[in-house]
Amino acid sequence: MKIVAVCGMGIGTSIILKMNTEKAAQRLGMDAEVEVADIGTAMGAAATADLVLTSAELAPELSGVSAPVVVVSNFTSIDEIAEKLSAHA
Amino acid sequence: MLHSDLDRVTKEQPVSGTGSLSRLLPATAIAVGVHATDWREAVRAAGDRLVAAGATRPGYTDAMIAVVEDLGPYIVVAPGFALAHARPSDDVLQTGLSLVTLAEPVAFGHASNDPVRLVVGLAARDHSAHSDALATVAAMASDAEVMGALATAASVDEVLNTIHQFEGINP
Repeated sequence: MKIVAVCGMGIGTSIILKMNTEKAAQRLGMDAEVEVADIGTAMGAAATADLVLTSAELAPELSGVSAPVVVVSNFTSIDEIAEKLSAHA
Repeated sequence: MLHSDLDRVTKEQPVSGTGSLSRLLPATAIAVGVHATDWREAVRAAGDRLVAAGATRPGYTDAMIAVVEDLGPYIVVAPGFALAHARPSDDVLQTGLSLVTLAEPVAFGHASNDPVRLVVGLAARDHSAHSDALATVAAMASDAEVMGALATAASVDEVLNTIHQFEGINP
């Protein structure tokens, strides 16, 4: 499963989200490849993704993406991310 | 982390840190009990520490504020915790982080993670040099006890000792 973690710059919050998404996928025994994208390149990166993770503020910017866009409230909560991943597994 | 461990370490003399976060977060980049009346002042405090530590020029601080103005308070990635940052630019002199605790929690306008008590500033030269340090920040931010210890630390040494202790347990 290819997952794209999107934030504004692609250097800060999305890296935290990527790391914790990898931990959550590992916990679920899910085979996941997680990439980081900034809001400018997210549309391209998301075109081949199975799932897009981002914040509530940025989700509206990704409305044209065909993959499901899932909002994560707490980027440091592996519990929350795991729950949302398992819903889309 | 156990309370007893934390009590012990924070009462001891400063211990040196060798982890990836310690290397990018010098004592000059840390301020505790900062008074900020709004989110802009809170982000500016984190930016001022980056400037003081020689990581950035003041223009980067303005850029961090502009990110929130343009894209919203998404930098509040966890309850009470904001990761202030902007794009790599000429105003970034070297990759570094700063850490500011607020005397009074400040609202950023985030739907679920307000109010903010801890602001980490991030200045990156590229997209990868800081990722190990960010991994430590991410792990710390998911540990409520560590976040509480940082937010209520009475001194820069207490902040550093909490981080060093955490890095010792989670190398």
